[in-house]
Amino acid sequence: MFEIIIYLLLIIGVFFNLLGSLGLLRFPDVYTRLHAGTKCTTFGSIFLIGSVILLGLKDWYLGSTNGSILAIHAIVALVAILLTNPTGAHAIARAAHKSGVMPINAQVDHLKEDTGGSKKTTEIKKKEAR
Amino acid sequence: MIEFFNEYILVIAILMLSIVIAIIRVILGPTAPDRVVGLDTINTIVISGMVLLGALYQDIIYIDVAIVYALLSFISTLFIAKYLEGGGF
Repeated sequence: MFEIIIYLLLIIGVFFNLLGSLGLLRFPDVYTRLHAGTKCTTFGSIFLIGSVILLGLKDWYLGSTNGSILAIHAIVALVAILLTNPTGAHAIARAAHKSGVMPINAQVDHLKEDTGGSKKTTEIKKKEAR
Repeated sequence: MIEFFNEYILVIAILMLSIVIAIIRVILGPTAPDRVVGLDTINTIVISGMVLLGALYQDIIYIDVAIVYALLSFISTLFIAKYLEGGGF
């Protein structure tokens, strides 16, 4: 019973990690690459570490003290990944936008207009609105 | 002693394949943020691979190393992002 669930979690996790890397190779743009390479990898790592937690809980249930330590440390590692990975992705996206990398086929930058960056694009937009 | 063919060895081999794919993106990447995204992906895959190694060898020290690696790679990613933004710290 435990073995089947552990195998299922391992298959889901490694599938999503491989998909994240393939998306990192195939997507055309920084922001879409960030979408593939960060979210898919975090989701896959949740399942991989979840399988390790389940393995530790199984060993603990069968009467080994080593299993409880394995499960608790794996939970701490999972919390570290869940806290740090989205924050790093947000920082990379902000840095990419501030260093002037535009999305592919992009014409206007609405984020810059909203934060009051350049007056020129807003004037052009006002003229178009008239 | 572990047996030669374990399911965790197969999973870690596929994770190494995805690390190689991410390294190709790091080499090819036209701009600097592309390379930073590739490095971030490699860091996350290495962390999950270290936790799997800890489960494979039944040794806790691998998972402790994974926790410290996660926090240090987070700090390095934040500093590279701050550097790419420009301006003062």
